[in-house]
Amino acid sequence: MTHSAAAHEFQRDPARAAWHDQTLWMVRAKRDRMAARVPEWEQLREAASQIKEHTLSKLADYLEQFADTAAANGIHVHWAADGDEHNRTVHSILKKHGARKLVKSKSMLTEECHLNPHLEKHGIEVIDTDLGERIVQFQKMPPSHIVMPAIHLKRAEVGEVFHEHLGTPSGLDDPQQLTEAARQHLRSHFLTADAALTGVNFAVAETGGFVVCTNEGNADMGAHLAPVHIASMGIEKIIPRQAHLGVFLRLLARSATGQPSTVFSSHFLKPRPGQEMHIVIVDNGRSRQLARSDYRKSLACIRCAACFNTCPVYRRSGGYSYSYFISGPIGSILAPNVDKAAHASMPFASTLCGSCTAVCPVKIDIHTQLLKWRQDITAAGHAPWWKKAAMHTTAFVVRRPALFRLGGWFMRRTTPLLNLLRLDPWTQSRDLPPAPAQTFRQWHNQQSNKK
Amino acid sequence: MTLGLFIPCYIDQLYPQVGQATYTLLTRLGHQVEVPEKPACCGQPMSNSGFAKAGAGCLTDFAREYARFDHIVSPSGSCVLHLKESLEAQHSPLAHRVYELCEFLHDIAKVDSLPARFPHRVGLHQSCHGLRGLGLGSPSECRVPAFSKPARLLQMVAGLELVPLDRCDECCGFGGTFSVFESDVSVSMGRDRIQDHIRHGAEFITSADMSCLMHLGGLLSRQAPQMKVRHIAEILAGTEELAMDGHGLP
Repeated sequence: MTHSAAAHEFQRDPARAAWHDQTLWMVRAKRDRMAARVPEWEQLREAASQIKEHTLSKLADYLEQFADTAAANGIHVHWAADGDEHNRTVHSILKKHGARKLVKSKSMLTEECHLNPHLEKHGIEVIDTDLGERIVQFQKMPPSHIVMPAIHLKRAEVGEVFHEHLGTPSGLDDPQQLTEAARQHLRSHFLTADAALTGVNFAVAETGGFVVCTNEGNADMGAHLAPVHIASMGIEKIIPRQAHLGVFLRLLARSATGQPSTVFSSHFLKPRPGQEMHIVIVDNGRSRQLARSDYRKSLACIRCAACFNTCPVYRRSGGYSYSYFISGPIGSILAPNVDKAAHASMPFASTLCGSCTAVCPVKIDIHTQLLKWRQDITAAGHAPWWKKAAMHTTAFVVRRPALFRLGGWFMRRTTPLLNLLRLDPWTQSRDLPPAPAQTFRQWHNQQSNKK
Repeated sequence: MTLGLFIPCYIDQLYPQVGQATYTLLTRLGHQVEVPEKPACCGQPMSNSGFAKAGAGCLTDFAREYARFDHIVSPSGSCVLHLKESLEAQHSPLAHRVYELCEFLHDIAKVDSLPARFPHRVGLHQSCHGLRGLGLGSPSECRVPAFSKPARLLQMVAGLELVPLDRCDECCGFGGTFSVFESDVSVSMGRDRIQDHIRHGAEFITSADMSCLMHLGGLLSRQAPQMKVRHIAEILAGTEELAMDGHGLP
């Protein structure tokens, strides 16, 4: 389904769409207030951007440094070329330990690799432990937002999901009671899990350690209790030095949810005695993106989702209107890298207002890349014939003054009829302006003749 | 100094009064203004739709016809941004001689007073391409000193009261062909922009971009016809008030 068709569905319930917009705008406003409290905010963004730019220019070196240091710390390091290899690696680790139950904290990479269905196929129970992720997991749905996976659901709807899956009373919508039910439910799984999987927010080449940020402490609960900790990271998660963490940790939570920092920013350096720690470093198309100069900067993304919250289109069409698991503006420049045809409509789901670029803590030129993808997608033939015809006709007409005058004359004569018939997407909701008696050029020529 | 005036295709055909106001304003400020015969369109609709190559001819026409001017002015932030970026990509020196009207008045002509009167409550719609693309003002996402060139110019207009807005620089949803291909979201965004202005008691919505106003005005005429759109050139030229005083257009 194209983005516009899915957005049409989302907009069929205007009250809900308005609620979605306002909910996310609140997050954007909170982010603004938090950013305003940091006088050096713009310098931080510039520093983050430069660190990422530098890292991407020497990515292989830093990855090797990280892998060597991590291995020296006692972490098992694995490399995965694609999602399948990642899933096979995770499964083989679990198999070696005879693990039947995996508690998993938030990792968009495992969504990308479709890890859950792969493990479930092999009889392993996977419990998503981030509250929002657990809710959508109950619904058998993917996250609609990469930071707030269930932001599209209202409290009462969460109450119904919990009633169905956790046996809470029907009609419960008190956040405290709902959270308590989730806490008890998740705790029982933390205590009985055979292994824990976390994502990686930042991996430090210098130390071989990595940082996982959560607001619920669920990554820590899993990793600290289970005998096996597996961390999945994309190759772009690397930063060169420990000292750089301060730049990113200050930007991440403020940009994401408008918090001064995430509640838990946990540093993992080596396994505790008796525990086994693994890290799976995944490419899955990232080095292909790295090689495309127009799009390489998209790999600097730290997954804060500030671009989602600020995007007026995302807010009014919802995460499920996009065809990729990472939706919003950043998803719209990542998805075509994976499959241009399947995600052809995503780069067009933007007014190119540039708010995404202005809000991005690592200064990714998101809207410029959206515009570039549009050219690449149409060049690859993924545009409807009528759009192509319309654009070539327009280009032909506007360059020929006589034809342009004639076309304009015709258009100005037909606007009242178009407004009356309301057959096209414009006039269905909007009037075309009343046709003026003369064009600017006619007026201007008269002026010149008078002189 | 002779100015090249670029009147975009849709302003020429549908909003000649915006072109007239721009022309009037610039000549009143003492500039010699010329409008070359050929170029009609900057090529942006094609580029935004993914057919930049098809629109490249527009840019060729533009570069040929306007090369002789030191300054080129256009009352459309969006078209100017497209021209600037495309010319820059071609390393054309022309890229740095193209100005959006407010940008020209503020930075080059350095006007500090205007003989205009517009005794109304006005909401300024800060069009995205002008705001974030051309830097006509400080975007709300960034922590930079607050400024707005269009607002400063509007403050020179007698009787005009600028109303505050809840979302001071949210996109109106026009987005060129986006308004047609993604009309549901586009219309929803436009309605929200209008409500923000209504909540704050604006009588007029103004902007440095007629394309945003075409979208907002088209929605207004169906749902809140008491509120009107006016391009900023019309207000700064004071043409409406002059017309009311019986002076008419020059």
